[in-house]
Amino acid sequence: MSSRDAIFSKIRTALTDVKAKADYPDYDSAVLYSKPRLEGTSREAFTRNFTAVSGKVVNSIADLVTFLQQNGQTRGYCDPVLMADVGNALAAAGLTVETAYDRSRYEDYQFGITRATGAIAESGSLILDDAHTSDRLAALSPWVHVGVLKESEIHRTIPDAMAGLGPSRNILWATGPSKTADVEGILIEGVHGPGLQLALFI
Amino acid sequence: MIDHQLIDTYAREISEEKQTSVISGSAASTDKRYTVLFKDYENPDELRKLAGKIKDHTLHHLDSYLEQAEVSLQRNGVQVHFADTGDDAKATILSILKDRGISKLTKSKSMAAEEIHLNPYLIEHGIECLESDLGEFIIQLDDDVPSHIVRPIIHKNRREIARTFQREGIAADYNDDPETITRRARVFLREKYMQAEAVITGGNFISAESGRLVLVTNEGNSRFGMAPSKVHIALVGIEKLVPTDKDLAVFLNLLGRSATGQQLTVYTEFISGPKDTSQPSGPEEMHVVFLNNGRTDVLESNCREILRCIRCSACQNVCPVYRQASGHAYRATYGGPVGAVLSPLLAGKEFPELADLPKASSLCGACNEVCPVDIPIPDLLLRLRDKAKREKIHSPGAPPMSPFATLATTPSLWRTAMTMSKAMNHLPIQVAPVKPLQEWLGQRTLPEWHGGDFRKWFNSRSNKSKQS
Ligand code: SF4
Repeated sequence: MSSRDAIFSKIRTALTDVKAKADYPDYDSAVLYSKPRLEGTSREAFTRNFTAVSGKVVNSIADLVTFLQQNGQTRGYCDPVLMADVGNALAAAGLTVETAYDRSRYEDYQFGITRATGAIAESGSLILDDAHTSDRLAALSPWVHVGVLKESEIHRTIPDAMAGLGPSRNILWATGPSKTADVEGILIEGVHGPGLQLALFI
Repeated sequence: MIDHQLIDTYAREISEEKQTSVISGSAASTDKRYTVLFKDYENPDELRKLAGKIKDHTLHHLDSYLEQAEVSLQRNGVQVHFADTGDDAKATILSILKDRGISKLTKSKSMAAEEIHLNPYLIEHGIECLESDLGEFIIQLDDDVPSHIVRPIIHKNRREIARTFQREGIAADYNDDPETITRRARVFLREKYMQAEAVITGGNFISAESGRLVLVTNEGNSRFGMAPSKVHIALVGIEKLVPTDKDLAVFLNLLGRSATGQQLTVYTEFISGPKDTSQPSGPEEMHVVFLNNGRTDVLESNCREILRCIRCSACQNVCPVYRQASGHAYRATYGGPVGAVLSPLLAGKEFPELADLPKASSLCGACNEVCPVDIPIPDLLLRLRDKAKREKIHSPGAPPMSPFATLATTPSLWRTAMTMSKAMNHLPIQVAPVKPLQEWLGQRTLPEWHGGDFRKWFNSRSNKSKQS
């Protein structure tokens, strides 16, 4: 018997004993909302919750330039579709901006600017969707990742975001920078991926 | 020599340093969980019950959901495999790798892989297989096993880790600063990710409706592992299904909060197939291996509720026995309350070897209270104790209960014993001639005996109520 057949037959045998099979509980997703996290407008809630998970909201390109310069992050990648809105301004301010991510130089990029397809206000998460995010690695290897999005793309709650996932093969909710507490429970940010996760509204 | 339960012996022998790490680590996680749950929800209990019901429903219809998941995954371009045993799973994974000439891979933390000892098997077959979760990576370097579901190295301190890094050449010198340790691992591991041709992950959930596989990590290691590699293999227990995408929201909300006190785990990835051709990074091929390895035996048992478990570790963190003994004391992949139920059941024929685990519990009920899917763990522990008794499995440390059983089931004897035992208050019982009793009393002082007073109180109370 194949493993598949064996498993299905074992499951069916195991379940013959279950007399009262539990029904699917019909529930309203509203039971999941955390009201305190949702206070204020979606943008306010997102900013508050994203900040709480060590994310940083940048409200203008000028602020982004200042931030990158102050942190010494002067070389990076920018999704070609974001050059007009973001990249050119950075280049004009003297930063080095590349529009092709060269995998062999994965350590050279200090920042990566990619398109976030949305955000979740309730949890302070950025949504990266393969259908629109140009390169997963460009959002992972640099120390600073900047997800660029529009205010209208913020989902209010987690169930809302779930309902709006869409057909893409790969979607990521990034709720803050990569982090660990494996060593003695001490929180360290920037384990494998970005140490700084930024959201830029355009 | 006095017969002790194995966990007791382990707890006694564990170094104080390790015990302190485990106690403080698990206490901190418990505190965070409470704060977040009660700040966010007026009634978190309601959610726990809901999650338990969804899981129960899924398990009771597991055959149809598994079939549905298979169809959905295939529709998404995923190759689906079934593995009835651990050996089947290992052979399947190896043949996927061999067929494609893959010799280097990174692996993100997976308890199911731990359960079937996947790493040593692949390494034996010439595959370089590197753990990428920081804790698991350290465990691998030390040739150790995880002692906690979420924080595998809860039992290690920074000094040990720094020595390991130095010994293994990950670091040129000794440095035990946690940030330095993490940065060194970062540099080492990302180079490996970039070279790897495949990635093996577990899977936290699969939605039968959409065939989305959900993976959560805080470090982002599975995402980084997947981005440059060509093949993704996910090893997933057959119990990890949920009916719909909507249900995923329920479980993700509970998992993050229960595991680490976060609303959501940092990297929550929804994967429904290999990368799109327009994408430069991501696996071109994706496989899901559904693992049974005894889960259907658990489903058939009277402890099937344990299959609701979402591996959040909240029960480990809150368990007084786990805290004293640490996960290694459970001698199996899953430790703590969940392990005390799941490990003996998954052991199959080797059940007798782990039949002592359900006894190592005070049945305080804390595990049930914190469990985000409302598993009645103390009840399951009792059912397993009963199973061990019926199968006449002796385990060390179990006191002979038959004299007590006679006493407790013969009312006249019980009454006499209760009244007579008052004499104990005047006897030097510390010098009792029974060795286990001496030892037990050596660590405790007994309060004054009040046995038998309840009946007196009850009788006088019912007399009074008759009079009034
Ligand atoms: S039994 Fe419950 S509390 Fe324990 S790990 Fe599983 S889901 Fe979490």
